[in-house]
Amino acid sequence: MNKKQKKMLTCIVLSIVIIILNVIIGPVKWLETGLFAAAYLIVGHDVLKKGFRGIINRRAFDENFLMAIATVGAIVLGEYTEAAAVMIFYQTGELFQSYAVGKSRRAVSELMDIRPDYANMENESGELIKVQPDEVETGSIIVVLPGEKVPIDGVISEGAASFNTSALTGESVPRDASEGDEVSSGFINLSGVVKVKTSKEFSQSTAAKIMELVENAGERKSKSENFISKFARVYTPAVCIAALAVAIAPPVFLLISGNEPQFSVWIYRALTFLVVSCPCALVMSIPLTFFAGIGGAGRAGVLIKGSNYIETLAGVKQVVFDKTGTMTKGVFKVDAVHHNVIDEQKLLEYAAHAECFSHHPIAASLKKACSSEIDEIRVQNVREISGLGISAEVDGKNVLAGNSKLMQKMNIGYKDCHDTGTIVHVAIDGEYAGHIVITDEIKPDAAEAVRLLKKVGVTKTVMLTGDLIQVAEKVAEKIRVDEVYAELLPQDKVNELEKIIARASGGGKVAFVGDGINDAPVLARADVGIAMGALGSDAAVEAADVVLMEDKPTVIAKSIRISKKCISIVYQNIVFAIGIKLICLLLSAVGIANMWIAIFADVGVMVIAVLNAIRALKV
Amino acid sequence: MKKSYKIEVDCAGCANNMEQAVNKTKGVKSAIINFMAGKLNIDFEDDADINAVMAEVIKNCKKIESDCEIYI
Repeated sequence: MNKKQKKMLTCIVLSIVIIILNVIIGPVKWLETGLFAAAYLIVGHDVLKKGFRGIINRRAFDENFLMAIATVGAIVLGEYTEAAAVMIFYQTGELFQSYAVGKSRRAVSELMDIRPDYANMENESGELIKVQPDEVETGSIIVVLPGEKVPIDGVISEGAASFNTSALTGESVPRDASEGDEVSSGFINLSGVVKVKTSKEFSQSTAAKIMELVENAGERKSKSENFISKFARVYTPAVCIAALAVAIAPPVFLLISGNEPQFSVWIYRALTFLVVSCPCALVMSIPLTFFAGIGGAGRAGVLIKGSNYIETLAGVKQVVFDKTGTMTKGVFKVDAVHHNVIDEQKLLEYAAHAECFSHHPIAASLKKACSSEIDEIRVQNVREISGLGISAEVDGKNVLAGNSKLMQKMNIGYKDCHDTGTIVHVAIDGEYAGHIVITDEIKPDAAEAVRLLKKVGVTKTVMLTGDLIQVAEKVAEKIRVDEVYAELLPQDKVNELEKIIARASGGGKVAFVGDGINDAPVLARADVGIAMGALGSDAAVEAADVVLMEDKPTVIAKSIRISKKCISIVYQNIVFAIGIKLICLLLSAVGIANMWIAIFADVGVMVIAVLNAIRALKV
Repeated sequence: MKKSYKIEVDCAGCANNMEQAVNKTKGVKSAIINFMAGKLNIDFEDDADINAVMAEVIKNCKKIESDCEIYI
């Protein structure tokens, strides 16, 4: 609690004590009035002061002003107890609200507490000195001790340790890293002393970027927030006008019809209206919910760039994926060797050597699969046959490695492969020696990810890829996506997505998930663009609306689930708070609810709405 | 010219009204209050004298909620 809150608490407690005292002493007329006046003034002096200022500034709908009128009116009508009670409840509500907001602000910033305070550097004599992270230049060596956060992105240059990456990835299993491995700022060193050569400036490092994203998230306001802002602007004036009508119309009507006008009854009811005229609970609970939702999602490794995207995510009905790097690992791997006339390893060795000067991912996978060391001296006369493959002399033997067209061109009888994937046919000295099947591995949780998406209400999943149709269909079948579009160039992906969005118009939102490499335009075009494991890529973080810190497709469903929960809390709060207020107004208009019930309901609604909002923090 | 200020305000309704008031202040192109983060982001008009505009912004905000703080 801060100073202001403590002062308010003291005032509230003091006035409650005075009222209790009054009850104990019993009804001594002059003393009772005095005690109530004291209690009322102690707890309500700042409301009165602010209300008075409201009139000076010509702000008739200032809530303090309205509260002042309601309570002063009650006093004039002789309802001392009510005036004091309304003031006490009102202030208690305000106090609770301010406390809850502060509390959840802290909770969220603790959740996202990845901003490092300092970096350790060695000075000339080898002593560690603490410096500001933003003063460290790129390429400097920093020291990270056990228990400390890595302050700046870099590569380990000395030592090894295991790191807690949960603040960044949501993954609870520590990650081991040693010399040569990259570490991101925000990792927490759990075990050993490591030296890190920084590869970025602090402001460009992961932790700083995440904090920036989270802090700026509130600026993209959702439809619900805008609705509530507008609602609040008309609500207070509307209730005040209604109060005026209740105060004047019925008595006048009664007077005309020749009855007793009962002025005091109707004025009392009008004052009760003023008590419920403050929209604060409602106005606050909505941004609070989104704030908590964004904070909670952040802890789960899902960075949502604005509350509007929570809304969109919650309404996602179609999810479109990129294949390579999103549903597959994006790393090619030798899957099988078929029809080999020589030993499998020998065939791989020839192929790997023939391709040893190539930087293509296929060549890399061959080299990786080859058990023996690549010796470039064994290779001569390498000739790349564009679009077909490679011809080279390995150990004096002529090796051809490439696709079926290469075999056709060289008049070599080859065998087609029934497997899907990239096929590398190999011929040695003009004789067919077999073929190698290379595939991109599907991520272990890809199928689970698609299943979970269906569970959170996604009706259709679509996969887009630049890859061959056979390969794409095999992957699609394995992970059970509903539709697949293959052999697309990057710009075709945007076109396909646009068609999907056009077809979906009106019926749910379309999300696109990519790894951020080459698909930034597609990310930007989708209703909500989700970049996966993309903290390294600035373009992806820029273009995406949601960034998944972990490279796991199952997190997509999780982010939709989190958003749905958040939105449902928002709706609950809107309906609940507006509903109770309307019921209150109705009941007080007909005289069933008095000022006590009105203020109690008002504060109660706020407490419940706030507690409900904080639920969004738990994901 | 965009700038971000730290603010302190307890009530979301007031923040809402303050946002409106800041937007109406001369020299301010657009303003957003992020109530939960306690931030006021202002996009100033190109020829605006920021200090003078901010003095006006603070004055207008104090009219709405005398307890609010804007840290320059």
